[in-house]
Amino acid sequence: MNPPDPHNSDESPGVPGFRTWRGVYWLVFAFFVLVVMLLAIFSRYFA
Amino acid sequence: MNALDWFVLLGTMLGIAAYGTWRTRHTDNLNTYLKGNRNTGWLTIGLSVMATQASTITYLSLPGQAYENGMAFIQNYFGLPLAMIIVCAVFLPIYRKLGVYTAYEYLGKRFDAKTRLLGASIFLLQRGLQAGITIYAPAIILSTVLGWRLDLTIIFTGLLVIVYTVTGGSAAVNLTQKWQMAIIFGGMITAFVVLLTKLPADALHIAGAMGKLQAVDFTPDLQRRYTFWSGMLGGLFLSLSYFGTDQSQVQRYIGGAALREGRLGLMFNAVFKIPMQFLIVMLGAMLFVFYQFEPHTPVFFNQTEWRLHVEGPQGGKFRAIEEKYSVLHADQQAKIRAWVAARDHGSVTDESAARTAMTDAQKAAQSLRQEARDTLKAVDPNAQVKDSDYVFITFILTQLPHGVVGLLIAVMFASALSSKAGELNALGTTSTIDLWRHFRPLAAHDEARNVRNAKWFTALWGLFAIGFALFVSSAENLIEGLNIVASIFYPALLGVFVVAFFLKRVGGSAVFWAAVTAQILVLTLFLLGKIYPRYEIGYLWLNPIGVAACVFFSIVFQMIFGDRARTQPDPI
Repeated sequence: MNPPDPHNSDESPGVPGFRTWRGVYWLVFAFFVLVVMLLAIFSRYFA
Repeated sequence: MNALDWFVLLGTMLGIAAYGTWRTRHTDNLNTYLKGNRNTGWLTIGLSVMATQASTITYLSLPGQAYENGMAFIQNYFGLPLAMIIVCAVFLPIYRKLGVYTAYEYLGKRFDAKTRLLGASIFLLQRGLQAGITIYAPAIILSTVLGWRLDLTIIFTGLLVIVYTVTGGSAAVNLTQKWQMAIIFGGMITAFVVLLTKLPADALHIAGAMGKLQAVDFTPDLQRRYTFWSGMLGGLFLSLSYFGTDQSQVQRYIGGAALREGRLGLMFNAVFKIPMQFLIVMLGAMLFVFYQFEPHTPVFFNQTEWRLHVEGPQGGKFRAIEEKYSVLHADQQAKIRAWVAARDHGSVTDESAARTAMTDAQKAAQSLRQEARDTLKAVDPNAQVKDSDYVFITFILTQLPHGVVGLLIAVMFASALSSKAGELNALGTTSTIDLWRHFRPLAAHDEARNVRNAKWFTALWGLFAIGFALFVSSAENLIEGLNIVASIFYPALLGVFVVAFFLKRVGGSAVFWAAVTAQILVLTLFLLGKIYPRYEIGYLWLNPIGVAACVFFSIVFQMIFGDRARTQPDPI
């Protein structure tokens, strides 16, 4: 059994502005990085 | 709770039951029982995954965890968004393509019957143990509200959950899951707003100065439980195991109408999970500040347990601790006010001296709380000495307006029943599909018999959970206890799936023995840490270690076994 291609989508994500799942994943990842940065700033400010 | 609260509580519970019974009056379908409804949309899947994850145990336990140890626990979720992306890209398409009932069926198809049985058994064992921990959540609510002994409440609520699940009553609760979540969120926001009105203006700075707002810690220390690194790596593997290989989660998203629905449901969680948990740990940190200024702050929050001993033969000891605590508490309050004044008007030296005095007072209060726990344990070795899970429920019962208290207690209890029922349902399903049907292949197509057996297994797992809950007192905060059990048993299981997906040359026997070896290694590391605390590593690290060990030994064993270890797919 071959490992699946992570970027292969059998259907469109149906999210406005995104044609592939890869774009959706990058958006979610970027949001995560932003959240962690904000949390780090929060911790530093109130330390 | 007053008469209004009881009226709202009983009315809400009966309303949920009546609505569910009416809506499910024509439903008696095997596929729905085992796999859920395949027409489920992405928002329902997303909320369902979130509800299973963020059950009552989160609402009860997480604020208490933050009250005790600050916001550091949030780092536990740092690996979750990445894990969700991997599950969406790799795990979900395979499960959907093969149309499996359980994640372990895939192992049977990819490897062989014994690997499938091993995967299912590891899941059953760890989820069964976790069920023993989660049964505490509804029991804590009832024991606090009614003042019952916790062990009796565990038996009562455990039996209630079994009856509820086996008779199909859980469907009633599940149908109203969205409303329950909405009411719980509403209740949490109400609690937050009420809390904010009772806090001093400098609450955030006080919490920060007392070490409760350290949400991100970059220290590279393996022994610290929660750091950025343990969260990113350990949390990633823990979340991957939970969302990718745990049947109670897989069951939620393989039921979507299309692959897209499952993926969007998981992405919904990837985006909202950390912000949501942030609000809950923030609530805990603010509760900490509130109780620094609340005149009647108890030295031990499980007041049912505490009162039992205050009124017992050795009550003098406990009353002495209470008196000592009220003096220390007043002193600590004065030191906090002095620090706030120094911070606003004093010099840097004044501020620093006041901060030292405040943290010294905090340590003294903490050490007296520890003395209270030690005394409880000395007087009654079976006493429940971990009280952080009682902090938020104490606040709800004593500070929220009447009516809201009853409503919140009702939905928290219903939500606890719902997630408990979902958990037992997954245990029953896996026992039937992966174990019973494997040993009784001729009965595999007898649907009615399958459902009957699933119900029997559900009841048996319920009894197992009650037994475990009574046997092992909750030494850890509930939410940490759950993650510790998961970190011991998940890694080997995830390792098997990683090998299945990415190492196509490895066969069944090699991965089977590799998983057994990795499981022994993880257990040994965990137990060594308990016996020799100097060498204990944060439990999140067990996850990457176990997965890496399983993958490594799979390759080694495959080289040793050679072609003898090739795959023999399970025919079922």
